[in-house]
Amino acid sequence: MSPTRRQRARLGFQLPMALGLTVIWILLWGHFGLLEVVGGFLVATVVLRVFPLPPVQFDGTIRPLPFVKLVAQFVYDLVTASIQVVRIALTFGKQPMNAIIKVPLHARSDLYLTFTAELSSLVPGGLLLEVSREESTLYLHVIGVRSEADVDAARARVLRQERRLMEAIASKDELAAYRARAQGSLA
Amino acid sequence: MTWSAFSDVASAVCLLAGSFLALTAAIGLVRFPDLFTRMHAATKPQVLGLLLILGGVAFRVRDAGDLGMLAIVAIFQLLTAPVSAHMVGRAAYRTTTVRQDLLLTDELADPDTR
Repeated sequence: MSPTRRQRARLGFQLPMALGLTVIWILLWGHFGLLEVVGGFLVATVVLRVFPLPPVQFDGTIRPLPFVKLVAQFVYDLVTASIQVVRIALTFGKQPMNAIIKVPLHARSDLYLTFTAELSSLVPGGLLLEVSREESTLYLHVIGVRSEADVDAARARVLRQERRLMEAIASKDELAAYRARAQGSLA
Repeated sequence: MTWSAFSDVASAVCLLAGSFLALTAAIGLVRFPDLFTRMHAATKPQVLGLLLILGGVAFRVRDAGDLGMLAIVAIFQLLTAPVSAHMVGRAAYRTTTVRQDLLLTDELADPDTR
């Protein structure tokens, strides 16, 4: 992406963001009417002018089937993670062992890094401690590990999370580049 | 079974399950040995517990405006819980309140892997 296009995107009006904020405004009022729509759009415009955000690069496409898979797996993981923490919390007389693991990701994009980090924080074995943006690396705290095998399993889980995310929303080129890097790291 | 009876039962199940999770999250906060494990309790069962309670409420209210409000609470909880957990965890690690005796490995501290 050329710098001029980037600058224009920064200065230009971010319509999807404004529409998203308008929807939130309408939902907050709990009533859909002309006043809410126009008022929300005005507030969104002012907010985006006063607090401009760097443009988010998203050239991807949402693939319905992998996306459903991503969401379904996330819900399943959230439930398992909660059950795991509940079990540890209710097991008396034993302290859980933990680990801090390093997970080098394969995708090179702030957006996918952020999404993977967010998703990983809510699934088993995930409390984000540190992010290295340059190396696309996450450092996570994992609860309830007993062995090195558990550590590797937690790492593999985060990488699978990333793969599901990429398959669900990345563009064709990004997915191909991601797959090439993932292959390379396996070899 | 009529729809209203079904939604009442579903609502009760969701509310009870959600409350149970919120309770265990609180127990975890008290019982867990260090900050990181406590943050686990504050993120996972707490988030799922809140989602279940919101779901239980959604079965009882039928006004579209209220449902939108519930959806917003759920979305913002999912977006912000990991971020706040990250900020707390990061600050705790940097101020070395971490209990090393409870860690099997610490790949963040190891300069070779860093």
